[in-house]
Amino acid sequence: MTMVDRGIGPGAAPMSLSLTPDLLGRLMPMFLWLDCRGRIRAMGPTLAKIIGADAIGAAFVQHFTLRRARGQGGYPEALGCSGRRLGLGLADHPAFNLRGTAIELPGAEGDPGSDMLVNLSFGIHLSEAVRFFGLTEADFAATDLAIELLFLAEAKSAVLGELQALTRRLEEARREAESEALSDPLTGLANRRAFDAALDRALKVWSRGGRSFALLHLDLDFFKQVNDTRGHAAGDAVLAAAAQRLSEETRRSDLVARVGGDEFMIILRGPVSVERVRGLCERLIDRLQAPIPFEGAECHVSASIGAVIANDGFAAETGGLDANRLRAVADSALYASKHAGRGRCTIASP
Amino acid sequence: MLGVVNKSVQAFLSNHHGQHVWREVAERIGIGPEGFEAMLPYEERMTDTLLGAAEAVLDVSREALLEDIGAWLAMTEPMRRLLRFGGADYWEFLLSLDDLQGRGMMALPDLGLPELTLQSEAQGHFTLIVTGGIRGWGAVMAGLMRAMADDYGALVLIEPVTDRDLPAGEERLTVTLLDMAHAEGRRFDLALPEAGRVAV
Repeated sequence: MTMVDRGIGPGAAPMSLSLTPDLLGRLMPMFLWLDCRGRIRAMGPTLAKIIGADAIGAAFVQHFTLRRARGQGGYPEALGCSGRRLGLGLADHPAFNLRGTAIELPGAEGDPGSDMLVNLSFGIHLSEAVRFFGLTEADFAATDLAIELLFLAEAKSAVLGELQALTRRLEEARREAESEALSDPLTGLANRRAFDAALDRALKVWSRGGRSFALLHLDLDFFKQVNDTRGHAAGDAVLAAAAQRLSEETRRSDLVARVGGDEFMIILRGPVSVERVRGLCERLIDRLQAPIPFEGAECHVSASIGAVIANDGFAAETGGLDANRLRAVADSALYASKHAGRGRCTIASP
Repeated sequence: MLGVVNKSVQAFLSNHHGQHVWREVAERIGIGPEGFEAMLPYEERMTDTLLGAAEAVLDVSREALLEDIGAWLAMTEPMRRLLRFGGADYWEFLLSLDDLQGRGMMALPDLGLPELTLQSEAQGHFTLIVTGGIRGWGAVMAGLMRAMADDYGALVLIEPVTDRDLPAGEERLTVTLLDMAHAEGRRFDLALPEAGRVAV
């Protein structure tokens, strides 16, 4: 095969370049050399892998279909003038499209027709073609970005997979957060879930040598009567007022939670002694007994409290601290207060 | 910085060393056992905190830890495949390291990989210059390149350059390619066996 460059300046002899099909195949593994009657004279090794090496000598139209070319008519008019971009299909594998350029090769003096040189590559179906024909790196020219495209497709699918998984996890977390909101909507206090988590944390801190704390279980007395005689709106007002008073009487580092209808739990942090807990309980009861205004009248409730101090002494007596045991002890102290006539506090001794 | 780096360390700890190791590290740095999200950004110093905790729990040096992470990473199938796109043999793979940062950025613009420059010295001798990024990428690359040598079936010697005169922010590795076909490499097909997502 000889290529002649006629574009050299006036007077200069045209340059020409001789290439064997073998050499050409190394540069362009998917080239096709067609004679003037449209028969395959030679082709690159990758193309040979795809349509079979025995296609040499066969007609171009037997193996390829012309998908996109300006002008009508059969070969060679359709391949047409030099430099045209082509879209081709494989006759035996219509799913795979090829694209490329066809150029006319200069023929011998007085030659009726010209040979054509066509260079092809895979289009967007590259990944499928690589899988289907079992292609390797060696089947592509070093200048071909095919490997980069394959890399990118795989890297992007990994990234997309991560993003889809992230979206799924975020959606799950959002639903969970909705159902597990940590505050009680009526009073704005922590709810039972938040209280359980706080109690676990307080126990964990304590077990690592951290501070002791006190657990208070508080139940409003006569709340049911308010609800029954004055209605639920009054009950809600009592709960909101009680919550506010409890918050005012405790410190920011303490936790006040509404864990049931008229039941509250309080974690007192910092140095806790029986005296301090008793003093606070009496103050809380005092505050809750103060009348609560509602629609021009007053509601009256009181409170019973059961308390337990989680410290080394308690742990030593009961063989360790755990959340359930603490809750149970505070609960029975509360019932002792109720039985003793309400409006009282009981501090459990280990 | 994108969480994918922290997430890789997490995956290394929990898959290679076991869930209990990861849980202990997570506890030490004060994050939940679910750990990091690959596609969310984290503060840069978190990576250092994470590596520090992993060193303490595993009782290894930072360098040994990072080399192990690099080697493990290269052996996870999706990453191994992406690295194998670098070339048909280990020599081509080495030459492709210059493009690794660019390839990483094509996949994830915020990935924050260091710049890699491969210098050819004598026959079969190379120097890999690692610049930018967090200090320690050199050790990660050493582990990764050793693992890829096994994958290609090549016999390679990779050593960090411990020269105090190196400019700040630069790490170097010497690479000696002894035998390209030392053993049978692992199989690599350009296309995934079947269409679908890469299994992570």
